[in-house]
Amino acid sequence: MSQNSSSATKISTYLMMIVLIVLALAIIALVSAAYMYPSNLEFALFLLATGVIAMGLSVYVLLQSRKRMASMKIEAPKVMTTVECRKCNIKNVREFQRGDYVFKDLEPCQKCNDNMIITAIYKEVKEKEKTYGV
Amino acid sequence: MMLLTAMNVLPNFFGGGGDSISSILSMLFYVVFIVFLFYGQRIQMYVMIREVEGSLYKLKYIKEEGRKITIQTIKDIGKPQTDPSARVDRYLEYFTISPQSMDPAGIVYKLDHILDVRDTRLKDEVKIMAPESSEVQINNLENTLEAAMALNFIYKVVRHYYIQGKKTLSLYVIMQLQMILPLVMKEAEAYASALKAFADGQPIGDGAGPWVAAKLMHGYETRKVPKDCVVASVPIEGRTAFIIKAEGPGGNVGKPGEAVKAVIDENKGKIASVIMIDAGLKLEGEMVGEVAEGIGAAIGGPGVDQFKIEESVVKYKIPLNAVIIKEDIGDAVSPLRKEIADSVDKVIERVKNVILERTKEGDKIIIVGVGNTIGIGQ
Repeated sequence: MSQNSSSATKISTYLMMIVLIVLALAIIALVSAAYMYPSNLEFALFLLATGVIAMGLSVYVLLQSRKRMASMKIEAPKVMTTVECRKCNIKNVREFQRGDYVFKDLEPCQKCNDNMIITAIYKEVKEKEKTYGV
Repeated sequence: MMLLTAMNVLPNFFGGGGDSISSILSMLFYVVFIVFLFYGQRIQMYVMIREVEGSLYKLKYIKEEGRKITIQTIKDIGKPQTDPSARVDRYLEYFTISPQSMDPAGIVYKLDHILDVRDTRLKDEVKIMAPESSEVQINNLENTLEAAMALNFIYKVVRHYYIQGKKTLSLYVIMQLQMILPLVMKEAEAYASALKAFADGQPIGDGAGPWVAAKLMHGYETRKVPKDCVVASVPIEGRTAFIIKAEGPGGNVGKPGEAVKAVIDENKGKIASVIMIDAGLKLEGEMVGEVAEGIGAAIGGPGVDQFKIEESVVKYKIPLNAVIIKEDIGDAVSPLRKEIADSVDKVIERVKNVILERTKEGDKIIIVGVGNTIGIGQ
């Protein structure tokens, strides 16, 4: 099962092979273009264009595949816990720890010795929602 | 060397002038035109299949990650003697058959019974898988496993239609799948997020209702009411409010239908109003955490609890009010957003307004916080 999951996150070897072959051909075309220049200018330009396009395409496919793989990973959002002392209005925000829950009594407050309490647990969403102008 | 020779020969095929290039281009254009004329639909289908395939890979990855997190959480919390993987795999394949509806009379109670049996069975399985876990942790693990189950089901259904589409090469099967895929992916991602939240015991968006109820009842004595719910008697604006919520902080939705019925019966129907607070699905363009007010039983799920609440209030002609906190499906099952946490106080204000406008001093009212109370105490 773990093998399956790792294969889902890797770029396929078949695609990788094609990309590498195209990349190699593109490099050959570019080197050949350099050899041809300036004796056969027209063909050198043709090879140069072919080489650049092929190289661009293979790099694009590689980057797209990497991007797709990166998009597969779902990042766990940062969840924060607000701890308050209701008597002296002290408020601390820290990262969530397993076992935290809203309205859980915690250790006594250092100032007033009253029990601190968890008043909120939430995640912050950084990006703002698009309004699409309507 | 051969390559260079070949390359020397190649230009001859192209000729020297621009005319040959343009005739090659126009030839190419005709070829492309003819290919698209006859095979356009097939090409379109292959593009769609590729798109679905990409999403299917992602679903597979999410499902596998979900399974791994679940097994790891069971190992961490439950300290089992044996590897729980096989049992988890069996659990992920569990199914529930809904009752026959040809004769719909009494179907609600049949469904209720089946859901009870399912719940008991799944809890027993979790207890076997994680023998060292507390009641709260069992509830959280059950929720975690349910999220993993949902991911497994989504993956299998999408894979089914993908293979069927590929087998039959039917554009319409693939097209339908491709059209709903963005929504399916959104739901799958939400479940993946929920799974992590359940494993850690974090409050989720659906817990907005229980959070409001918890805030209202905090500091007052609570007692248990059937099933898996707690109630506290709280004075609000000169009225006596019976605040009901599922018992937290474990992942639990309780049975608010039975709890409301029990409290109404205890008070012999002398209840001035029932106010339900729940997370409601927002439409695109609406803001997360917006608060809205309405009439009716604000409760989702299979409909059993809604039926029971409606039955109880109709019996005594009790007005049923609802306040909802808007969020989308992703927010409802993933860790609770700050906007929703911030709207808790706004909801309390709205509830107080409803109480002041709709009831008289000295009245008895019921306030129900509906939703999953994971990560929320009382």
